[in-house]
Amino acid sequence: MASKPVLKVADFQTEVHNDWCPGCGDFGILRSIQMTLAEMQLDPSNVAIVSGIGCSAKTVHYVKTYGIHTLHGRPLPFATGVKLANPGLEVVACGGDGDGLGIGAAHFVNSGRRNVDMLYIIFDNGVYGLTKGQASPTLRLGVKIKSLPAPNLNEGVNPLWLSLAAGATWVGRGYSYDIKHLVSLIRQGIEHKGYAFLDVLQPCPTYNNLNTKEWFGGEDRKEENQGRPLPRVYKLEGTGYDPVVHSEDELDAKMAQAMMRGREWGDKIPIGVFYKNELVPTYEERISARVPNFLKNPPAKQAIADSKGRPTTDLSRLLKSLAVN
Amino acid sequence: MTQTAKVNELSWIVGGAQGSGVDSSATVFARAAASGGLHVYGKREYYSNIMGEHSYFQVRACSRPIRSHVDTLNLLATFDAETAFRHARNVIDDGAIIYDSALAGTKLDDVPTIEARLRADLQTYLVARGLGFTLQDLLKSAADRGVTLVPLPYASLLTQVADENHIDQLSKISRMVNMFAVAASFGILGYDYELMAKALRDVFRSKAEVAEMNVRGARKAYDLVRGKYDAYPYRLEPIGFNGERRALMTGAQAIGLGKVLGGMRVQTYYPITPASDESEYIEANQIVNVREPAADPAEEESDVARETGSVLVMQTEDEIAAVTMAIGAALTGARSATCTSGPGFCLMMEGIGWAGINEVPLVITLYQRAGPSTGMPTRHEQGDLRFALHAGHGDSPRIILASGDFEEAFHDGAKAFNWAERYQTTVIHLVDKALANSNGTMPIFDPDQVRIDRGELITDGWSGRDPYKRFAFTESGVSPRALLGHPGTMFWNTGDEHDEKGHITEDPVLRNLMMEKRDRKLDLAAREISESDKVNFFGDRTAETVVVSWGSTKGALLDAIDALEREGIKLGFLQIRLANPFPVELVTRALARAKSIVNVEMNFGAHMGGLIREKTGIEPTHHILKYNGRPMSSTELAEALRVIAKGKAPRKQVLTYGV
Ligand SMILES: Cc1ncc(C[n+]2csc(CCOP(=O)(O)OP(=O)(O)O)c2C)c(N)n1
Ligand code: SF4
Ligand SMILES: [Mg+2]
Repeated sequence: MASKPVLKVADFQTEVHNDWCPGCGDFGILRSIQMTLAEMQLDPSNVAIVSGIGCSAKTVHYVKTYGIHTLHGRPLPFATGVKLANPGLEVVACGGDGDGLGIGAAHFVNSGRRNVDMLYIIFDNGVYGLTKGQASPTLRLGVKIKSLPAPNLNEGVNPLWLSLAAGATWVGRGYSYDIKHLVSLIRQGIEHKGYAFLDVLQPCPTYNNLNTKEWFGGEDRKEENQGRPLPRVYKLEGTGYDPVVHSEDELDAKMAQAMMRGREWGDKIPIGVFYKNELVPTYEERISARVPNFLKNPPAKQAIADSKGRPTTDLSRLLKSLAVN
Repeated sequence: MTQTAKVNELSWIVGGAQGSGVDSSATVFARAAASGGLHVYGKREYYSNIMGEHSYFQVRACSRPIRSHVDTLNLLATFDAETAFRHARNVIDDGAIIYDSALAGTKLDDVPTIEARLRADLQTYLVARGLGFTLQDLLKSAADRGVTLVPLPYASLLTQVADENHIDQLSKISRMVNMFAVAASFGILGYDYELMAKALRDVFRSKAEVAEMNVRGARKAYDLVRGKYDAYPYRLEPIGFNGERRALMTGAQAIGLGKVLGGMRVQTYYPITPASDESEYIEANQIVNVREPAADPAEEESDVARETGSVLVMQTEDEIAAVTMAIGAALTGARSATCTSGPGFCLMMEGIGWAGINEVPLVITLYQRAGPSTGMPTRHEQGDLRFALHAGHGDSPRIILASGDFEEAFHDGAKAFNWAERYQTTVIHLVDKALANSNGTMPIFDPDQVRIDRGELITDGWSGRDPYKRFAFTESGVSPRALLGHPGTMFWNTGDEHDEKGHITEDPVLRNLMMEKRDRKLDLAAREISESDKVNFFGDRTAETVVVSWGSTKGALLDAIDALEREGIKLGFLQIRLANPFPVELVTRALARAKSIVNVEMNFGAHMGGLIREKTGIEPTHHILKYNGRPMSSTELAEALRVIAKGKAPRKQVLTYGV
């Protein structure tokens, strides 16, 4: 038997012209997604990437898997519908910070409650990129970036906190210029059993002149003697941090630890896995408790008609309960 | 019996505070009548409230099939003062009122839930008759007209039941007053108590003890009145079924059954009256039994999986999630729908546009209710025709189908998915509160009449010479549709205008081709959809006066037209079923020769009347409209049509009956 051909990163690239600005952080995330799919040798026709609207949401057109570019703020409900109708699919949702935390905030919260087995990646650049740099929900109060006429009037929301409060069972943060690390995070997010949320720090050189590659990399604060930059971004795993909830009694401590680390910003910005809890049943498991063969015979796989077009559904039990004679 | 009995021609109302069990008592009444072979039609009215406001159920029972409610009321069954205050004046002169003798002294002012307008109205009525403001006074005015008064000692009946069943607190069984009212009704109607007992056992199927206590308890009320009111002329008698198997169900149940039979396997919803009943019914029955395969394998594909099925019913965070989740599910090949009412439909606009531009088979069951805004959430209207036609920005094709009765609602529920898949488009199935919340008897649906057509669906890979293109240009406008997760048919979707593969384009030439391709599918639908799915014509094709309407006014119109025919007035009735693509030719043909065209709609703006003019250039000569939230009765429709037949009608008549 011939062994399966090995998939390369190029097999996950499309011919579509990429129209992001030069130097955009989105390139690193796109590359990381393609590398992860290749590394995991996922069958491209069994993967669906579902995005919202924004610069970031164009990602799906550049990846050679099924790609669903949806509406502003709505990748999560679209993706949820896809995944639950066909749980055998590998589903990844993605989009901008405005998309997920502004207009799509209701879905952000409710996806945590559901815990459907999929990964959601936010390209977090602090701005509404595609509409020319207005403040996004993650931009902090009083910050004045070049695209704004005056300092930001709203406080920023903390996506890690919000996802933890909403019930996400895997919470991570990556950095679009640390591709190797990002690939490992995307892979863990995909492999997590349940709803995984990954916030990716994504410089937008065109509109956000504060949270730049140089700023994250600490170019502005060099070491005294050797002049090397002191990066703001550091990896949680290098600090002995264990994000996993191993048993119910660890819940409070692990949640508190994730909250504390998730608060850090400014001089020290942690990336890595903040929280992971596989003790919570997935939505698919909850349905299976009611519909025992749900995973074996999910909505997309059910034969609803025979070859003559007759419905296979048998309503007689229901009709009997409504009959009067 | 002093007068000739009026047998099997009854209009009955039971009412009470919301939450007091009015629905189940009406269901028991309807099932008991129906299991005697009587035809039943029931209408439910309630406030947007959980406890305390007035709700009522009007049930008609007849020896012939009936399709509507009437304004006449032959028997009013009450156990609270408010129901008697609200409905007593509508009881016909030879009718009867069952009431709680202990409540006779209740003053009008003691009932806070009666609105000021109605209170003033009742006061004027009582003052004009030289009466005071108690229930006793109102009942006296009814008795003066000839109405039979039937006092029931509810408290002592409850006490007896409590004693016999060793129940320490009356409040634990206070809901039984409902069943006393039903039993007393059957008592004075002379109906067989065993049929009520059977109905009680059916309704309380899962609570056998409760059922038996009710059967024994209600019997007491039945015995108290049986044979004591011979002057009351109305009677109900079982008549049998003539070999027909019949069911009693609500419109919402009929629609839900049709959808499940039609293969729906995902339904999303956000709770809203009157749409959620359907989703809840489906969720409660989400495991789907499958038929045994035919013995002869030549008859059907024997390898079709015979694994038990299921419907995934998702309660979402809002209607935006409901519509987008259903679309996501549809992309995998599951037949998917969402169901909502006006406010929720408002939130679905963007999703509808997305499904349109991506040619996703999506079914939306739209239960119209009185708008705008929250409007009257639990009341009826057909106010969303224009909205459904134009929902969303830009031109996005959709099919809009309106059901007129339970049978149509069932079959349309299934059919909507065939069209959605065949034409790869959104199908909006327009129904309404009146249809959803009414119940009625009907011949049991024949599932064999339903066929499933999945259109151009690729399930076993792509064998074309060129690589697969999801939006390939074709003559019909329909491109072979692939599903997420299948090998060899990779595609992209985007809400942006796109090329044949599904990638974003702003090319002016491609744009035109895509717009035109999508629109061609509707031309195809217009050619293929059968005449009877487009319009129905009833009555006299040569009649000078043709009534035109759509949706749930159908029943009241048919009953009104029958009544007029008995008076020698002949009318034709064009029921428009397909609102988009509009059946221009059929409508033109039906209306062109009519001298008078009477447009009947349950809305303020005469939406269909305007649409007919827009599409055919024909303008209705008369409008009969209603927008007070209460569905049209056949009584008031007959009256309005009579005025038109006499040539004395203004261009627009507004119907106003309603409690
Ligand atoms: C309902 C709706 N409102 C507004 C827009 C306009 N719009 C397009 S992209 C965008 C913001 C995108 O910002 P973000 O989600 O952060 O993505 P980014 O471009 O930064 O990657 C907005 C507001 C839209 N497409 N749809
Ligand atoms: S605007 Fe910002 S986010 Fe958008 S493509 Fe340009 S750099 Fe990237
Ligand atoms: Mg952004």
